[in-house]
Amino acid sequence: MIGSVVMTATDPSRATHRAVEAVWRIESGRIIARLARMVGDVGRAEELAQDALVIALEQWPRSGVPDEPGPWLMATAKHRAIDLVRRRQRYERKLEEIGRDLSAVEEPDLAATLDDYVGDDLLRLIFTACHPVLSTGARVPLTLRLLGGLTTHEIARAYLVPEPTIAQRIVRAKRTLTQKRVPFELPPPGELADRLGSVLEVVYLIFNEGYSATAGDDWTRPALCEEALRLGRILAGLTPDEPEVHGLVALMEIQASRIRARTGPDGAPVLLADQDRRLWDRLLIRRGLAALDRAEALGGGPYTVQAAIAACHARATSVEDTDWTRIAALYQVLAYLSPSPVVELNRAVAVGMAWGPADGLAVLDAAAATGALDAYPLLPAVRGDLLAKLGRPGEACAEFERAAAMTRNARERDIFLRRAADCR
Amino acid sequence: MRYLILLKGAQSPTPPPAELMEAIMQLGEEATKAGALLDTAGLAPSAAGSRVRLTGGQLSVTDGPFTEAKEMISYALYQVRSKEEAVEWTNRFLKLHRDLWPGWEGEADVLRVFGPEDYQPPA
Repeated sequence: MIGSVVMTATDPSRATHRAVEAVWRIESGRIIARLARMVGDVGRAEELAQDALVIALEQWPRSGVPDEPGPWLMATAKHRAIDLVRRRQRYERKLEEIGRDLSAVEEPDLAATLDDYVGDDLLRLIFTACHPVLSTGARVPLTLRLLGGLTTHEIARAYLVPEPTIAQRIVRAKRTLTQKRVPFELPPPGELADRLGSVLEVVYLIFNEGYSATAGDDWTRPALCEEALRLGRILAGLTPDEPEVHGLVALMEIQASRIRARTGPDGAPVLLADQDRRLWDRLLIRRGLAALDRAEALGGGPYTVQAAIAACHARATSVEDTDWTRIAALYQVLAYLSPSPVVELNRAVAVGMAWGPADGLAVLDAAAATGALDAYPLLPAVRGDLLAKLGRPGEACAEFERAAAMTRNARERDIFLRRAADCR
Repeated sequence: MRYLILLKGAQSPTPPPAELMEAIMQLGEEATKAGALLDTAGLAPSAAGSRVRLTGGQLSVTDGPFTEAKEMISYALYQVRSKEEAVEWTNRFLKLHRDLWPGWEGEADVLRVFGPEDYQPPA
């Protein structure tokens, strides 16, 4: 074995520390997944993997970063897991000797240590972290923690909540998985579609929190978008035959391509119509369109239709040049596949662009009549826009003011107030 | 954040070993499936390229090969969460060269690409 990588930096121990963290980020999901299959418990697996990280943080600054840091971490973690399994086995034998019932104790999967393919384990880990026994509020931080390798501190910062809140949610989530005896397995074929839906929902929630921050002063948090994209791409690699996985990846890649254009120099949001399309990320658009092709070839679904809508914008050089008729038709398909008031609201915008504001307003008012959008600031905002186009500035102004009063995002509020002022 | 990794090395009279190319493909697949590698390709020798220069208000075009001792060999574009992650992928890439192409020497520059985070207003 040739010697380890020599680190030359202003502060070598700090540099090594960061190198350990980087390897951890890359490998932690796979390590936790592998250990979970060995010990049958995600929470326990994460603790054992953390032990390996601590050992690395202690040893590497002295010994240097090993030549193969990833396999080193995996091997160290596996040893910890094997120790645990052996201790359990000794304990069970002792129990047996004193004649206790062992039927409740599960056989640990030591054979798992011999098999080096971790793809299925990683997929099991994703399905477990997004398991329906957990609330959505628990699935998101658990997924970021287990699959993203993010620390509790980083998750808390991304979501602007106190660190103990996130820590508690993660601890509770892991406890729930253990208590409900959620097996570390892939979902049975009959449940696959539902369970995959739950995974995609979590990934898209993470993306959306980054893309359109629901709280706080920042309009977007690109790091969360990148994390969601990474998870989506991993999932696409693990389940290449699932159309909606590619559909969601396509949707996220295309939406992410606009991140730079969505924020003005002063931090204020720039809406699609006003964006400088030269700032759109062509690489992400290309990747998104390629993922959309795969999704459509496999049969598609609601995410794929949303990606197809996003692709209409991505292909257009301007708002006027956009194929609004196709977008309106795609929203109709989406309304059929997964009906929701929000889809109707978007359809109203597209119909307004394709056939005129009066037609858009008719669609919007039908959606508003359901009452489901009463707390949704974009309802008055879109209504205000359509009314302004219809030459009814007084009513438009009132709608924008309502929208401003309803939103929790400070940047969004500024936009609505500006639109209201423009109507006066 | 994104990093562009540019591999530079001495011109080799022989093509890289087939085992190295296979290992590079495998690493690329792994990095792609990890959601980190966005784009990568090899570069033809500079003999096939040109250099466009602006000096003293004068444009000039010179055909390759360039006179530098080292040639640009390939590029890779990664999306990662820290510079160290980009460095780690680059380490893995160069270790393949070390293990499968004895005697080859080169270097890779790991350069951060400006992204949306650089255009965010100060918090």
